Amino acid sequence: MSTAAQPIEPDEAVCTASDLRVSLRARGVDVVDGVDLVLRPGKIVGLVGESGSGKTTSGTALLGYARTGAAITGGQIIVAGHDVRSMSPGQVRRIRGIDIGYVPQDPSSALNPAIRIGAQLRELLDLHNVGTPAERADAIRTILPEVGLPNTDEFLRRYPHQLSGGQVQRVALAMVFLPRPKVLVLDEPTTGLDVTTQSMVLETLDRLCERFAVAALYVTHDLAVVATIADRVAVMYAGQLIEIGPAAEIFNRPGHPYTRALLNAIPHLHRSFALTGIPGRTPAPGARPSGCRFHDRCAFAIAECAATEPDYADVGPQHHARCIRTGELPAWDPRARAVADTDPQRERDLVLTVQDLNVYYGPAHVVHDVGFDLARREIVALVGESGSGKTTISRCVAGLHDQWDGEVDLGGEELVRSARRRTPEQRKRIQYIFQNPYGSLNPRRTVEQILLRPLELFGVAHGRAARERAAQLLDAVQLGEGALSLRTNRLSGGERQRVAIARALAAEPDILVCDEITSALDVSIQGSITELLNRIKNERSISMLFVTHDLALVRSIADRVLVLQHGRLVEGGLAADVLDRPEQTYTQDLLAHTPTLEHTLE
Amino acid sequence: MKTFLKDPKILIGTVLTLLIVLLAVVGPLLAPHGEYDIVGRPFTREGTFLGTDYLGQDVWSRVLYGGRSVLIIAVLATAVGVLLGIVIGVVAAYAGGWLDEILMRGNDVLLAFPQILIALLVLSAVDQPTWWMIVLIVGIAHAPRVARVSRGVALTYVNQDFITAAEAMGESRWRVVFTELGPNLAVPLLAETGLRLTYSIGMVAGIGFLGFATDPGAADWGQMTNENRLGLLVQPWGVLAPVLIIGLFTIGTNLIADGIGQRTAKGAS
Repeated sequence: MSTAAQPIEPDEAVCTASDLRVSLRARGVDVVDGVDLVLRPGKIVGLVGESGSGKTTSGTALLGYARTGAAITGGQIIVAGHDVRSMSPGQVRRIRGIDIGYVPQDPSSALNPAIRIGAQLRELLDLHNVGTPAERADAIRTILPEVGLPNTDEFLRRYPHQLSGGQVQRVALAMVFLPRPKVLVLDEPTTGLDVTTQSMVLETLDRLCERFAVAALYVTHDLAVVATIADRVAVMYAGQLIEIGPAAEIFNRPGHPYTRALLNAIPHLHRSFALTGIPGRTPAPGARPSGCRFHDRCAFAIAECAATEPDYADVGPQHHARCIRTGELPAWDPRARAVADTDPQRERDLVLTVQDLNVYYGPAHVVHDVGFDLARREIVALVGESGSGKTTISRCVAGLHDQWDGEVDLGGEELVRSARRRTPEQRKRIQYIFQNPYGSLNPRRTVEQILLRPLELFGVAHGRAARERAAQLLDAVQLGEGALSLRTNRLSGGERQRVAIARALAAEPDILVCDEITSALDVSIQGSITELLNRIKNERSISMLFVTHDLALVRSIADRVLVLQHGRLVEGGLAADVLDRPEQTYTQDLLAHTPTLEHTLE
Repeated sequence: MKTFLKDPKILIGTVLTLLIVLLAVVGPLLAPHGEYDIVGRPFTREGTFLGTDYLGQDVWSRVLYGGRSVLIIAVLATAVGVLLGIVIGVVAAYAGGWLDEILMRGNDVLLAFPQILIALLVLSAVDQPTWWMIVLIVGIAHAPRVARVSRGVALTYVNQDFITAAEAMGESRWRVVFTELGPNLAVPLLAETGLRLTYSIGMVAGIGFLGFATDPGAADWGQMTNENRLGLLVQPWGVLAPVLIIGLFTIGTNLIADGIGQRTAKGAS
């Protein structure tokens, strides 16, 4: 709130927001309030938060934009000398794209597939009447080599579909930097990209921001990405900035319990951590608690936390946290949560063997001669980039895809292709959990109906016993019994995924097939789901096939890992061995491109 | 249901529809004169306030008598058409592959014929149309249109993971259709049903107007517009009264259908 807590050198800052407030018009509720941000040329500020924290709202507010139904109702926004809030919509439009640029998720989607590259690049300059036509052509030819693209006429005449995926991203980046903006708001630009592409985009962004002295705000939920690219990090929770400081400071000496909880939910590549989530839900605008907004979920909260709204307290140089107890927190040591890797000598009691698996989608041959096995109480991770066949393999094991040949053997019985033709006992033993909990639960049925069906279908329990069982299952996934009567649209993403896990557990399976089950969820929820899966594995002796693209997550959850590329098995073995001593160049590449917190640790 | 009635569109539509249904149901009890009673000279202001028709029968009384047949036939025809259409559409969407192709291409052929043409073709081939013939003709004429819509609605759900999850568990196909798919289709298809009811009324009345009534002498809103059109300039109420009522009824059902449709599009159900 007070600008004194955050010294501003006005000669240096190119974009400042002070005491920024965005409210929902109809309800008069603040989505974001009291946000102060200072962006300096050539520096990237990472704005981190979970969904509902108001990070995107704060980011777009810098462009003078609030989504439908919301309005910027307070504070001051200065962009390159313009006072954005006092400008007319027409004036704001003129500085957008020129003085301040916005890069959305997957920037390449901004390219029109029907327009040639050269024309698309020129369009923006023409629109804003930048320079003479000759100067515009010149600007295009200078920017392309900067992003690692040729500037030949032949290249400019191409259509987007004639470029590779990486090149399309580079063109999109060229478009962003072409008008030489002074400020950039990057809104999760790499979410959904493969690690190698992501690493290229991050590296290019970092280089160009420095080269053209662009002040950037990088909005994301991914702390590992922020650790890779940001100079300063700002953490948002429930519409407030709760901690801000230099990146190395934030990751090594987090001063706010929320930041610490977030960091506790993040896996590391080279050390196995017991991940933990944050209890409770992020409060919605209008339902935020008084005092410190995190006090009801905070492990360090005292009575006073509920009463007083904390101001920024100094944690270190240029490093402030909105917490009254920040000085009393125990010293931060991420290594305290480290757990032992899987014992290589452990005996393996095999439950599933896959041999010579070849999978087809119509005429396309997508998986080639893959073989692996899975032992009781073991988690095997299938990792790879999109198109590597990891999900396809998991679907074949579960019988959801039937165009395959090879041998899938479940405890001595060979499985037929489709789940429908397998015996009920075989179907019961393998349960599948889908990536997207918004699609995998029927929106018209209650949680109880969803849980009762597998209990009855597989003959686990009937009638009253089944209802008791359903309540126990909810308890096992840490949801209250009250959720039984709710339809799934009343639940958050993390709660839905817990219901999906409970439905899978209802069948009392031997094997859970988990298809990217945390990738649609926030980091803290990913942490708690990982915690839950580890507990389920140990308590129920269940084995899991865990499909993921996140190599760091593998270290914290899996015993063994299989790396796939273009449908072929590249490397496999104990998670610790593969991640610490990769033998194949592809695995080494993947590891090198995976964003991680580790390099920031002192 | 309560949230539906908060929508002014749906509320007004429901009130209009109910009023006219009520008029048709209790009308014969309120009618001042009998259905066939001659109360004065043809096409004059004699009789009750709407005057007399081409035979000198009381227009108001005949309006009160003439709703039942139209509404019952329209409702039954809608039911036949919607049920048939939903079965075809949902089966096509869920089965996919060649069955989908066959059903939908056949459907396209039927769609190419104007609805009223099929009705006239059949009705002109028989001596005396019976009420169930009209129900079947109108219903069958609706089916391909409903099939197309319900296939579209079902397609957005058949590839969702919760359907795959039910199949992976080994649920029977019928159970998947009825318990997993069905409840999700109910509201959007309710909107389609309302729209089809609107068309049914129009078509049944139109068939009456064209002279294919089941009982040539009986009071019937569609048939009345035909009988009295010669006197349109001297005694307009003989035509206007039934037309207005049919108009109000279609506006009512249409408002309901539209309101429900908009709410499902918003996902506010």
